[in-house]
Amino acid sequence: MRRWNFALAAVTAASLLGAVGAFAEADKSIEGIEKYREALKDGNPAELFEATGEELWKKPAGPKNVSLEKCDLGLGAGVVDGAYAQLPRYFKDTDKVQDAESRVLTCMSTLQGVDVSKYVKAKWGSPERNDLNAIATFISGMSKDKPVKVSLAHPKEQAMFNLGKRMFYYQGGPHDFSCSTCHGQEGVRIRLQELPNIPTPKGAASGWTSWPAYRVSSGQMWGMQWRLADCFRQQRFPEPIYGSDVTIALSMFMAATSNGAIMATPGIKR
Amino acid sequence: MKKTILILATLAAAPAFAADTNWGKGADDAAFKAMVHSSFREVGMATLARLDQDATQAFCSDPKHADDKDAAKMRAKIEAENMASIKWPSDGKFLGDWKAGEKVAQSGRGLTSTDKPGQVNGGNCYNCHQISPKEISYGTIGPSLLHYGKLRPNNEETIKYTWGRIFNAKAYNACSNMPRGGHMGIITEQQIKDLMALLLDPQSPVNQ
Ligand code: HEC
Ligand code: HEC
Repeated sequence: MRRWNFALAAVTAASLLGAVGAFAEADKSIEGIEKYREALKDGNPAELFEATGEELWKKPAGPKNVSLEKCDLGLGAGVVDGAYAQLPRYFKDTDKVQDAESRVLTCMSTLQGVDVSKYVKAKWGSPERNDLNAIATFISGMSKDKPVKVSLAHPKEQAMFNLGKRMFYYQGGPHDFSCSTCHGQEGVRIRLQELPNIPTPKGAASGWTSWPAYRVSSGQMWGMQWRLADCFRQQRFPEPIYGSDVTIALSMFMAATSNGAIMATPGIKR
Repeated sequence: MKKTILILATLAAAPAFAADTNWGKGADDAAFKAMVHSSFREVGMATLARLDQDATQAFCSDPKHADDKDAAKMRAKIEAENMASIKWPSDGKFLGDWKAGEKVAQSGRGLTSTDKPGQVNGGNCYNCHQISPKEISYGTIGPSLLHYGKLRPNNEETIKYTWGRIFNAKAYNACSNMPRGGHMGIITEQQIKDLMALLLDPQSPVNQ
């Protein structure tokens, strides 16, 4: 699976390079693609973040000095294997639908006694957020090759899905953009970047099953929370609060629409 | 916030549209608004006021409204309102400098949470359109504008249509994916003139 992933990525990089190579002006893209190929040679750098995430997961921390190993990600306390592929889901203890990232915050708070508000308020790229990204990367890796299996059985799960769908089409800001402006059609691009048609199962899967992903262009590991925040930035919206309902609703919309697709996490992107 | 309430009230007054905005269980107007208003924080220029919609945005946030037969009358009304908002060039001159226009078309900067107030905004045009043959990194959300002027009659109608499109695309297609550059104050009158030259000047690479 891993090799197949790389092969596909390499083909994409090569075809981009072919398209761009004939024209001297697209130097910035070439530079980006060169970096991408370099990274691919040594495997997916996301693996480093997986290892860091696993360490953070297992290390006793917080005022209570316990690890996150007893965290219930939906399949029972301590079960990480296959959990990401079934998130977001409804959790009885919080009476909320949560994704992996917001659930980790819950466990940090309840198990470790950590005041998570500083994680919520932190900036992208801060040590706090980098830790959360690494943990999410580790959890997602434990669902690699598993089919997405997100339930809409609980009324709050169904409501989240419906809210996410509505949000996907919600226009605002100076540019009148919604997610649908950029991700609502088949086969379109922004500049040279292909955009998945998210309301379709194939488009939803292409977005949902490959994040968290290592972004070669920025050298950063991004979870879905960061991916969404950056799309909202491009949409000229204010910033979605980390783990807020808007982010969970959109994730629920994408995850449930891609049910049955195979997780390819963590991914690697341009 | 007040504006949103006003718009929701206006929409509710038009029963044909209140009925078909059904998003399913748990996603009614009250639940949706509560979610939106609790989920964002202001960063820089990207204020919470941006979550409030004008009538065009509210109408076009239901994908059915973009092409449903039943919504045709409302689309026409929205197009007329947007048409009435178009400001024509104050000195009567429609065409500026195509070289400056190319720069405006290239730039996608401006108005995000990480941009600084007072900086020059771009038009984002290449994000969605092919324009000059020299730029191969172009998007495809909008149609190709290569040879735009060459392919059209050189008359007042073409000039006014093109100005109007760039100033307020929703005057021609209520739920167009194209931003309302002039109407929303994204780009200035001078920048629109320069873009006009990029598209229509016979010397512009677009028309070579
Ligand atoms: C102005 C255009 C624009 C808007 C609006 C936008 N996006 Fe994106 N989105 C992009 C681009 C461009 C990419 C490609 C990644 C990059 O930035 O390098 C992308 C990537 C993504 C991806 C990852 C796709 C993949 O195949 O890896 C997801 C998921 C996504 N967007 C979801 C959303 C959601 C949900 C919204 C609404 C909140 C949204 N986007 C709004 C432009 C946009
Ligand atoms: C988010 C994508 C997007 C951006 C950004 C955008 N456009 Fe468009 N544009 C479109 C779409 C889509 C159409 C097709 C007509 C429609 O649906 O309204 C269009 C149509 C046009 C047309 C009319 C073409 C014709 O044949 O009638 C012109 C002219 C145009 N755009 C110019 C521009 C310029 C100049 C800019 C930069 C200021 C720009 N566009 C930015 C999406 C975009």
